[in-house]
Amino acid sequence: MVTPLKEEELSKHIIISYKPNAKYAYTAGQAQSKYLLGLKEGKIYGRKCNNCGKVYVPPKMYCDECFRPTDEWVEVKDEGIVMTAVASFISWTRARLEEPEIVGVIRLLPSNDRDFVYPGIFHRICTSYEEVKNMSVIGKKVKAVWKPKEERKGSIEDIQCFKVI
Amino acid sequence: MKVNIYLNKRVAVIGAGLTLFRRRLLETPQEIAWEAARKALDEAGLELRDIDCVVIGSAPDAFDGVHMKGEYLSHGSGGIRKPVSRVFVGGATGVMTAIAGWYHVASGLCQRVLAVAEEKMSPSRPHPQAIFKYIWDPILEKPLNPNLIWIFAMEMHRYMATYGIKKEDIALVSVKNKRNALNNPYAQLGANITVEDVLKSEVLVWPVQLLDVSPVSDGAAAIVLASEDVARRYTDTPVWVEGVGWTLDNTEWPARDLAYARYVEFAARMAYKMAGIERPNKEIDVVEPYDPFDYKELHHLEALQLAKRGEAPKLLKEGVFDIDGDIPSSPSGGLLGVGNPIAAAGLMKVVSIYWQLKGTAGKMQVKKPVHTGLAQAWGDLMQAGTVIVMRN
Repeated sequence: MVTPLKEEELSKHIIISYKPNAKYAYTAGQAQSKYLLGLKEGKIYGRKCNNCGKVYVPPKMYCDECFRPTDEWVEVKDEGIVMTAVASFISWTRARLEEPEIVGVIRLLPSNDRDFVYPGIFHRICTSYEEVKNMSVIGKKVKAVWKPKEERKGSIEDIQCFKVI
Repeated sequence: MKVNIYLNKRVAVIGAGLTLFRRRLLETPQEIAWEAARKALDEAGLELRDIDCVVIGSAPDAFDGVHMKGEYLSHGSGGIRKPVSRVFVGGATGVMTAIAGWYHVASGLCQRVLAVAEEKMSPSRPHPQAIFKYIWDPILEKPLNPNLIWIFAMEMHRYMATYGIKKEDIALVSVKNKRNALNNPYAQLGANITVEDVLKSEVLVWPVQLLDVSPVSDGAAAIVLASEDVARRYTDTPVWVEGVGWTLDNTEWPARDLAYARYVEFAARMAYKMAGIERPNKEIDVVEPYDPFDYKELHHLEALQLAKRGEAPKLLKEGVFDIDGDIPSSPSGGLLGVGNPIAAAGLMKVVSIYWQLKGTAGKMQVKKPVHTGLAQAWGDLMQAGTVIVMRN
């Protein structure tokens, strides 16, 4: 038989706390590096496979369907359609937030609403909790709000959020 | 879809074991793995020396705070001095553990396999949610400080928007599963709740509220698989594994439509083809779809071809998926009712279908006679789908 503990019982036990001191230096690779440098210039780049016509955003140097190298760089618009949006009242550690953070997925243009796979981006959306709750923001056209050029450093954070236009 | 898989042996499940699913167990991961494994051996009537190979399932290591959990768990799972392998595909791990056990036997490599899945979600501080940050893309996603619930809320909202589904229709899943869990002696969170209770619970990440989510749990599950030549020596009521399927979709979840679980469909088609199932909604008698969130059960019922796209909520309302309905869904109580120690929760679904088909599910037993059952799990960043079809 297993033995579940209650919260108060937990404080009576010795707890070994351990915080891993793990730090990483990630590599962005060929495709993501160009993508990040593009963001610094206020541009969103993708890679196109001329065999199946798929445009990869975020870009990839290979087409995972055709399993061959992608062929060319393409620039997609910093505009798109909101596919989904949510309002988070908890932080990444599950602490309660007073003001919700609003994030979602944007299908970037050019793309078609019948596409199952499309150039997409996961980012913040500048809208109200109300508009998320009544779902009116889903399906709306949005445009990237870029940070001032001098503050951009080649990161996904160079876009502040996507705003309904 | 073409699948090149060649079978050597027919495979049966002949024993299963579960621990209680609870928050914060005093026992170590090895101890609960042992408890589930011992129970499974007892039900099969086997001793550890009869076991040829061991398969261990545990989702990513970080939850228990122990790295290389396959090796760590091998003591408790009976793997010492035996061929041991570990599988992990996030939330899909539990069913993948059964599938990996199956292919050890189906290939002719081993005659008797012990498959054990274990997870302790509660050791991590301040909350297991913080650990989930490390499954996001480090460069493109992690800077936004995501929480795992974000991604499911995004998927749930997309599902609702695409098919015009209301929150109250989705909440019925939580109501049904927690009610079913009252019949399950292993369950952590059986309860009689109402749709109102779900809609009034704490908003975590809109549209996900507290009662839309399965709880944090600890637990373990195990099964014993045997080849046809030996299964009948141990039992008169073997349950046959007739079809299995598993697939991964790409990691670029922001670049594909979240309204439909394509990876589960591919896994299901593979399993149906192997089991010779042509009309799943007529041929599947009982189903355990993966339900860490309430909408997820509906999403998966559609991908399993048991409901048309967007129509699972309607069938649910009509009672099709109730314990006395046409296709009882999550009669065990699912993850929403039993608890969610990730890998163990998936294998619990397989165990529960096995007991249903054996007729030993006790109070969980569905009302109608059952011959074909299906368990399914799903995991990673909406990426991995695993399906197993069994017959008695």
